[in-house]
Amino acid sequence: MDRLRRTMMFVPGANPAMLRDAILYGADSIMFDLEDAVSMKEKDSARLLVYSALKTFDYQSVETVVRINELSSGGRQDIEAMILGGINVIRLPKTETADDIRAVDAAIESVESHYQIPVGTTKMMAAIESAEGVLNAREIAIASNRMIGIALGAEDYVTSQKTRRYPDGQELFFARNYILHAARAAGIAAIDTVYSDVDNEDGLRQEASLIKQLGFDGKSVINPRQIPIINAIYAPTQAEIQNAKEVLAAIEEAESKGSGVIAINGKMVDKPIVERAYRVLAMAKAANMEVK
Amino acid sequence: MTINQVGRDIPDQYASQYGVYAGELTNIKDYQRATKKVHPVKPRDSKLLASIHDAIIQTGLKDGMTISFHHHFREGDYIMNMVLAEIAKMGIKDLAIAPSSIANVHEPLIDYIKQGVVTHVTSSGLRDKVGAAISEGILADPVIIRSHGGRARAIERGDIHIDVAFLGAPSADEYGNANGVKGKTTCGSLGYAMVDAQYADQVVIITDSLMPYPNTPISIPQTLVDYVVEVDAIGDPEGIAKGATRFTKNPKELLIAEYAAKMITESTYFKDGFSFQTGTGGAALAVTRFLKQAMIDQNIKASFVLGGITNAMAELLEDGLVEKVIDVQDFDHPSAISLGKNSEHYEIDAAMYASPLSKGSVINQLDIAILSALEIDTQFNVNVITGSDGVLRGASGGHSDTSTACKMSMVIAPIVRGRIPTIVDQVTTVVTPGSSIDVVVTELGIAINPLRTDLIAAFKDSKIPQLTIEALKEKAYAITGEPAPIKYGDWLVALIEYRDGTLIDVVKNV
Repeated sequence: MDRLRRTMMFVPGANPAMLRDAILYGADSIMFDLEDAVSMKEKDSARLLVYSALKTFDYQSVETVVRINELSSGGRQDIEAMILGGINVIRLPKTETADDIRAVDAAIESVESHYQIPVGTTKMMAAIESAEGVLNAREIAIASNRMIGIALGAEDYVTSQKTRRYPDGQELFFARNYILHAARAAGIAAIDTVYSDVDNEDGLRQEASLIKQLGFDGKSVINPRQIPIINAIYAPTQAEIQNAKEVLAAIEEAESKGSGVIAINGKMVDKPIVERAYRVLAMAKAANMEVK
Repeated sequence: MTINQVGRDIPDQYASQYGVYAGELTNIKDYQRATKKVHPVKPRDSKLLASIHDAIIQTGLKDGMTISFHHHFREGDYIMNMVLAEIAKMGIKDLAIAPSSIANVHEPLIDYIKQGVVTHVTSSGLRDKVGAAISEGILADPVIIRSHGGRARAIERGDIHIDVAFLGAPSADEYGNANGVKGKTTCGSLGYAMVDAQYADQVVIITDSLMPYPNTPISIPQTLVDYVVEVDAIGDPEGIAKGATRFTKNPKELLIAEYAAKMITESTYFKDGFSFQTGTGGAALAVTRFLKQAMIDQNIKASFVLGGITNAMAELLEDGLVEKVIDVQDFDHPSAISLGKNSEHYEIDAAMYASPLSKGSVINQLDIAILSALEIDTQFNVNVITGSDGVLRGASGGHSDTSTACKMSMVIAPIVRGRIPTIVDQVTTVVTPGSSIDVVVTELGIAINPLRTDLIAAFKDSKIPQLTIEALKEKAYAITGEPAPIKYGDWLVALIEYRDGTLIDVVKNV
């Protein structure tokens, strides 16, 4: 199964204590932010700090992502420093077209080639934050082999749509679904936008339930306190786990007997059901739930 | 030099005078309780005096005497500064002061020390500028740092003999009946002051809320009080509650608190009738909140909570999750109010709280204590008094008392603070011996003291991350590097008494 990306935690690049502590909270991906979270006069120092953090702290097997600045305003230096630091994924903000991705891809390739790092080592993801970006999501998703996911950035998007965020998320209905389709068609991850009202745990729960139902891999988070809430939503129920175990046991039995089509409780078990069963068990394991 | 049981060098002069630390219970021995002089008050005598000045004259305060104060007003205390200002004006010198603790607000003390008004100090804590000045060496003789239980012991045994106790009281009548739950400047419990009132030769109650006789409830009774003085203000209510934080939103503190709460709820102690104590600070209050949820979920009630009481504890009582609150000091206004109105919220004195020489203190009945630390070393020794720079800036408090007496003592702390490691090879100053500490709880997980083989066995299959204390230290040093040794002078600025009165460490000037 693909890497779990239930939570992708923003960490401001200019905050050394947060860079140090980012590993503590169980995020599936840590996203260092060199862009909006860093003031203009701190851009250089933040880049150096994140580079040093990557070299100093042990982020274990957690995926490291960096949100870079636009290529024309420091993005190229960001890319070079992050690749030398050993970042896993470069995230491009405010992606509008496939050309934006190709430009960053080329910049990454030139750094990789220059430092004799195998070309393709560094992955990419795109944040889509406008109507233009949403409509181009299909092309963006397949613009580079480095692409591992696309994410919705809702704040800029709703502004461009002449609306705002509402509790039920209707205003994001099209963008979420379109981005999700683009990601799935390309075989990459779909990451939902942040939920910015950190103290509203019920609101976060509601939104996380919605995007899980739609099929998103997970959500960007802006505070560690949001992580256990989202993980709890993504954790399968005991009934789901039990069902998945039965499916896999039935499959094993069918294979050992050499029989073809199988059924559990009168329902046919086919390939998508087996796939879902594997996914449920992987999610259960990630949530530290008992799977025997 | 004599090396004590935690490996610290104690200079011979003080080793022979105090004895050196030789184990938690080694020096708990039979003794003769201290006595005091009493000047009886006759019918028709008045105790009410017009001013602090008059009280100083009436008590006959002289050069070389010992006076005491309590620290229930914390950072809002006006009493010690007012009394010392008057004493200084009157030209009295060479006093020993024995407040239960010293706060930042007592900065004027530095001048009184420099002027020779105050020449000897004993306290639980020394903060900021006073701590820094004393660490520079402004006193000829070292300060004696005592735990809250240790101070009560010192008074009971006569190691501290108080000539005059100047005790601020939020309310009192003309005859001296005093409490902390009524008046303009409520502080709640008067637990530390109650010991002074019992053993001091003379007791002066200073209040800003003079009540009609008889003022009840009676925390300090008229039978112990010589004089009463009314002043405009005894303290600043905001300062009393300073530092008693609300529920933290700091994710790292929450993580530490979550591990601590899990450790408690997974332990055998977590059952109906259990008891616990926490201090102030974000993580400690968060432990209480997590515990509260677990108590609700599992339908478990505590028999009592002890300590330094905060609103979080008072709420547990209101919610019926604990049977009693046992209160030696209050850290915020709601807990002070709770003491006044809830009959199950009970005030005790410092000797009943924690004295090792009482006939059994409440901490001996305590299951779990949640404590903080400035530093913890790989022997589990804890420093709560000096910074990593060797400067006095903390407080001994009830740390060594509760940790040795309770069934499971837990120190909660992040492995580094800023660029300073909390888990170290050797603490700068030992206040609590490692043998008293059962568990260290950090953001990376817990380290159980190898001495507690029972706990190690009980938590063998726990999902709480577990590390050795050495591994925690390595992880801290990986971030901060190994701290450079402190360059001390050769002047002793503080003696650290263990609760039994022996010396567990000394502090030199920096």
